[in-house]
Amino acid sequence: MKSWKLVAVSAAGALALTACAASDRDSDGGATDDASGGRDTFIFAASSDPAGLDPAFANDGESFRIARQIFEGLVGTEPGTADPAPLLAESWDVSEDGLEYTFHLKEDVKFQDGTDFDGEAVCFNFDRWNNFTGVLQSESLSYYWQKVNGGFATSDVETLNGTGKYESCEAPDAATAVVTLKSPLPELISALSLPSFSMQSPTALQEYEADNVTGSTDAPVLPEYANAHPTGTGPYVFESWSPGEEVVLVANEDYWGDTGQIKRIVFPIISDATARRQALQAGDIDGYDLVGPADVQALQDEGFQIVNREPFNILYLAMNQANPDLADLKVRQAIAYAINKEALVAQTLPEGTEVATNFVPPSVSGWNADVETYDYDPEKAKSLLAEAGKTNLTIDFNYPTNVSRPYMPTPEQVFTAIKADLEAVGITVNAVPDPWNPEYLDKMQGTTEHGIHLLGWTGDYNDTYNFIGVFFGGPSNEWGFDNPEIFQAINDARYVADLDEQKAAYEAANAQLLEFLPGVPLAHPVPSLAFKADVHDYPASPVQDEVYNVITLGD
Amino acid sequence: MTRLILRRLALLVPTLLGLSVLLFLWVRALPGGPATALLGERATPEAVARVNELYGFDKPLVQQYLTWLGQLLQGNFGVSTRTGRPVLEEFVNRFPATIELTVVALVIAIGVAIPLGYVAARRQGRPLDHLTVLASLVGVTIPVFFLAFLLKWLFAVQLGWFPSSGRQDPTMVATHPTGFYVLDGILTREWDASWDALLHLVLPAVALGSIPLAIIARITRSSVIEVQDADYVRTARAKGLGPSRLRRRVILRNAMLPVATTIGLQVGLLLSGAVLTETVFAFPGIGSFLSNAVFNLDYAVLQGFILIIAVVYALVNLVVDVSYGLIDPRTRATR
Repeated sequence: MKSWKLVAVSAAGALALTACAASDRDSDGGATDDASGGRDTFIFAASSDPAGLDPAFANDGESFRIARQIFEGLVGTEPGTADPAPLLAESWDVSEDGLEYTFHLKEDVKFQDGTDFDGEAVCFNFDRWNNFTGVLQSESLSYYWQKVNGGFATSDVETLNGTGKYESCEAPDAATAVVTLKSPLPELISALSLPSFSMQSPTALQEYEADNVTGSTDAPVLPEYANAHPTGTGPYVFESWSPGEEVVLVANEDYWGDTGQIKRIVFPIISDATARRQALQAGDIDGYDLVGPADVQALQDEGFQIVNREPFNILYLAMNQANPDLADLKVRQAIAYAINKEALVAQTLPEGTEVATNFVPPSVSGWNADVETYDYDPEKAKSLLAEAGKTNLTIDFNYPTNVSRPYMPTPEQVFTAIKADLEAVGITVNAVPDPWNPEYLDKMQGTTEHGIHLLGWTGDYNDTYNFIGVFFGGPSNEWGFDNPEIFQAINDARYVADLDEQKAAYEAANAQLLEFLPGVPLAHPVPSLAFKADVHDYPASPVQDEVYNVITLGD
Repeated sequence: MTRLILRRLALLVPTLLGLSVLLFLWVRALPGGPATALLGERATPEAVARVNELYGFDKPLVQQYLTWLGQLLQGNFGVSTRTGRPVLEEFVNRFPATIELTVVALVIAIGVAIPLGYVAARRQGRPLDHLTVLASLVGVTIPVFFLAFLLKWLFAVQLGWFPSSGRQDPTMVATHPTGFYVLDGILTREWDASWDALLHLVLPAVALGSIPLAIIARITRSSVIEVQDADYVRTARAKGLGPSRLRRRVILRNAMLPVATTIGLQVGLLLSGAVLTETVFAFPGIGSFLSNAVFNLDYAVLQGFILIIAVVYALVNLVVDVSYGLIDPRTRATR
């Protein structure tokens, strides 16, 4: 009898614990109420820690997400689009020769530490980026300054030494900053909407030695500023960061604009995609992004909201011309005609996905409506193959496994659909799957040993070069062709100072690309976010310029 | 006893040295390098080369190993390529979470397993005994991550009784003087914080504790069965020792010897099980950090964390052996 007691006591203890737990957790799960009954804390799951809090050293989405709440740049984006719009600069004039940018600044704006935001502060930031030295010039730190500007004032690396376009910055008065370039860079305004070019408080940067990366070259350690003292002009102020656990921001009471309903933002770090979905279902978080396409319908059925970002990406099928069969234009055209893109999108990609015709999404300037579109025509594909004398064509088809990218949520499914299309016109497909990182990327970008393959890209800011320049700015292993005419057209377009002329030049380059057909643009898959039912006005943006002071919570 | 401890500590040195070589080679045998993981999918070859140079991945293996070893001896475990922070600091920040989780898991496991195993042994061949044997078989067989997933789906997602992830409610403002959240709440008298942290521990700890629970229950059962039929028990009973004293002083005490060893061995298993459990529950301990390090090819973190865990494991084993000596005087004899 006594032995039963032991078991009973253990069981009762366990039960008691569960029962208490149940009574303590309300159905709302983690939300606090303010006095008026409305919620004022917004909890958004991040998939990893930010790389750092100094946006000048950041190039990852998680760092940007946090930076966008704390910092603002001279240029922002038009809500819901990728187009540049005034932010800390109310307007700007560009000189005739495209070398002088005069920014007219918003007045009476202060940084969160009380420092005035003015022309001097703008110049301090530009000079800081241009004068990064040593470890700070590592691409893992100052990636975007290198990408956009092309170099530094001085550098030990030859290709970066004095090769930048930035010349100088002057502040004739508090409300003006004049940036002078060595040679034109028409994408500058769009690029300035990136969080990397956020305005930071000169006082805080100096006080917490933002550029003082310590440790040895083989072990750089970011300074205190980048770990605990980010200071911008934005609607939220940094409160705490428990690595691996959460980042907490609170409202900036002295913000120059609307402070909004959300007084506190918590970014719990949940690296597992399933765990993020379950955290939402359990009521522990208000929302998350990169929702798996397979989860969209289920979440909607359970009463959660799905919000889509306008796609700012491209999924394509590349055709490696190092392969002699693919070097034949007729074969490439046959493949393009063989693919039923409409069916592919309907069957394998998230609802709302657009079929692609260009290598840039339609919202980007330079997208051309009149390019050759290669509409689904299996008969034409067969006759092209016959003309090329390739009726018994066998081709390697490379695709990645165990990966989900915003532009490619389910590569295996896309592969299967295209494979069926190709086999229907008599092409024998040899499947070559590889794990995404590093095998797949290494093979596609580092070697010539591939046939046709799936890959894509999500844009950084509204600029055509940021898409086609990345792919076709010069010869590469990925595409395996050397067409100086096309490379030249794209690189020339990049530096046309007049924006209308530039647009026309990019449109022409896009048309040229689709005639030459190095690959088939497939789709612009829509990225989804999921929220609790009572989250309103989430400012979904194609370039993820989403600042939470406009969100409202509650019924 | 002191000599035993010293000898064991001395033995630790060559063991760790051997382990460090294996670890170093294993990490470098992982496909690819950390540069692409760090720079993303459109990294230029020049940028990759620069990162490799920056972190010393371009140097000969032997030189890399000796550099690493030299730094280790100075207590420098290197810097995480992913977070840019010292590996040791990352470990120290996260270890309390994992200790808290493993301790609660162990407490649950021991607290349930020993009474269960004992009762099963006393009622050998009866339904409860069969049930215990069956349950412990299932407990050992079910993978930890699967059980973790199941528990979470049922008790967090469907029933909403427990939080689904993390160590603390995101909206809770609490101070953490020690990093052990349950203890912190008690120290600062923030009772709700303590309670909240405990709630966050329940599901992962039950999942993590399932295997040790099953193993300890089985060992307890068979050990009690063996001891209760031993000659000295019969003698003690014949000499008139009362049943409750007989149970406590003779049977339980003698039966606990193999159980203590088993518990010690489980600590190592708990640390490895924590990798999966912490990932499923987004529990910010060393386990989830380690699993992320694998994906990010964070060499320094992989090498450093595993080496530190090995030291912890070795020390725990030492403590187990010493406590073994305390429980059973016979094992104290030194040769």
